[in-house]
Amino acid sequence: MSAVAPPAPSAAPPSPPRRSARDSSASWRWTDRLGLAFAWLLGLTFLAVTAGIVLYMMVQGIRFVRPELFVTHPAAGVTEGESGGFLDPLLGTVIVALMAMAIAFPLGLSIGVWLSEFGRPSWLARVTESTIEMLAGSPSIVFALFGTLIFEQGALAFLSRTNDGVVYGRSFFAAAAMLSLIALPLIVANVREGLQAIPGHVREASYAVGKTRIATTRRVLLPAARPSVVTGAMLGVGRIIGDTAIIVILLGATLRFTEAGDVPLLGTLKGTGSTLTTFVYANAPTGEINQPEKAFAAGFVLLSMVLALNFAVDIAARRGRRWR
Amino acid sequence: MALSRPHRASRGLLPDQRAELMLGALVCAVLLFVLLLVVFVFKEAWPSFSHNGLGWFGPGGNPDQQVQEIYTSANLLREPVYTFHAWPIIWGTLLTTLGAVTLSFVSALFVSVFVVEFAPEAIKRILEPVVRLLASVPSVIFGLLGVLILVPFIGQHVITDGNRRSVAYIVSLSGYSLLAGILILSLMIAPLMIAVFSDGLRAVPRGWLEGSLGLGINRWRTFWKIGVRTARPALVAGTVLATARALGETVMLAMVTGGVSFAPNPADGLIFFVEPTRPLAATILQTAEELTSEPMRHTIFAMAAVLLFSAAMLSLAGWAAKQPMKRYGVRA
Repeated sequence: MSAVAPPAPSAAPPSPPRRSARDSSASWRWTDRLGLAFAWLLGLTFLAVTAGIVLYMMVQGIRFVRPELFVTHPAAGVTEGESGGFLDPLLGTVIVALMAMAIAFPLGLSIGVWLSEFGRPSWLARVTESTIEMLAGSPSIVFALFGTLIFEQGALAFLSRTNDGVVYGRSFFAAAAMLSLIALPLIVANVREGLQAIPGHVREASYAVGKTRIATTRRVLLPAARPSVVTGAMLGVGRIIGDTAIIVILLGATLRFTEAGDVPLLGTLKGTGSTLTTFVYANAPTGEINQPEKAFAAGFVLLSMVLALNFAVDIAARRGRRWR
Repeated sequence: MALSRPHRASRGLLPDQRAELMLGALVCAVLLFVLLLVVFVFKEAWPSFSHNGLGWFGPGGNPDQQVQEIYTSANLLREPVYTFHAWPIIWGTLLTTLGAVTLSFVSALFVSVFVVEFAPEAIKRILEPVVRLLASVPSVIFGLLGVLILVPFIGQHVITDGNRRSVAYIVSLSGYSLLAGILILSLMIAPLMIAVFSDGLRAVPRGWLEGSLGLGINRWRTFWKIGVRTARPALVAGTVLATARALGETVMLAMVTGGVSFAPNPADGLIFFVEPTRPLAATILQTAEELTSEPMRHTIFAMAAVLLFSAAMLSLAGWAAKQPMKRYGVRA
């Protein structure tokens, strides 16, 4: 091989310098150029479609959201004017998210800590990991069905409405318990990743000053991993407020809160209700109420909540780059 | 974690041991709960499977009518009916899942190659949060948009009157269709795929790509032949995750696919895509009001058991696919 090849005498267009030839796609084979063009096209299409969805929801939301919708109860009605607002679904979303997180967050945190900091015996850790992964991949509708099964048991009758000894099995308690299952994998994964991203010398330093392992976890590791923990929690909330199947089946999907019993707060929680997702579901043309304007308004509120959560996750994740 | 615990005579528990025991007990409780879930679902499903045998998965009759008979048989004082042949529903599930996964695999692959390697910095910075955003949009919103935009569009512009007449005796075409389900579902699972694919593509050792570039291979070919091939385990893992998501998608599909247990017939030609159907999860959602009837409950749980089993198998497949990835330090 000669180091410097003599220029081919009969090459009609003098080939441009090699580097720029490789960087500009003009000299590539047509299949390669097609591939690149396709990548650009799909990337931009993806952007455009997402922007389209968000903008469309924004426009429809701004058209149909009225302040009074937030403070009126839903009502049975045939026209958009009669059917009231979405006060109950909005509160329902908040209640369900709070209750489900009250179950899922401590559980997820403990499992994440155990997996990352203890994890013995190792077969148990492996089983736990794959179980959590399986939970993440299971359809939420299966959880909902299981929920109807366990909350109809007589022993759990105090958590829902009872009628002549028949346990109804649909309540905020039932829905929240099952919703916590779909938030759990996200929390566990994030807590674990956050803890594992902390270098080992941090732990060793803490042990060296005489802290026990659990004290290290509580005082050193968890504060350091707080951004991941927060990210996991917020992703979990996002999943919970976006879920529909569990709410439709386990919350009874009555638009208004229907209380069970006389105790004020407990009665509501034992009773049935709805969330924004089931409100949208019922108000879509395929649903029972079919009032698309209401559906758009509620969908807009729901989407704004999800976007806000997303934004918060971004901020939390940006703060979490400490150890990398 | 590498440090071993100081040994001491076990007189009472150390705080650490207490904490470990408590956390371990909690983990065991959750595992037990999940085990209970699986066992109960399969136990409730068993009567339906045992009455139908493998015929459960096979064709034969209209599942909607069978559901009616199963449901009413509980109220009449006679033997409960269990006859159920779920093929149209399973076929619908297969079609929507495979269709959406194929469509979004191709687009997600190109989009993630674009994001990782070819996009200008500005577009990259927008595209990454956008992917995450799209992944977190609730499925009911996709369903709403589908019902109000895509379904009427298909009904008015894609389906012609000739099409409608040609299958009028069998099924009515309204726009609620397999096509709508596949299109929206692929939009929903694409972000998941893009996220995993991009992680895999980013983890490809830079030196390998530079080696190829140094040999004078152009950037596209380099990335396509070296990057994408190296990231194959990530491609499999992402696809498996997305398949699980597609399989479990309930509400959106219940809204846009038409809600009839009809098996779209490929022999109809292209009309096949605009025929209605109804996948498993959506069927469960729409029949869930009938849980009060004993035989119906077993039938519904049988559908749930099929879903749960497929999800478990998929997560097993995903685990297997992820093993080679550990070499590159990818934790997806």
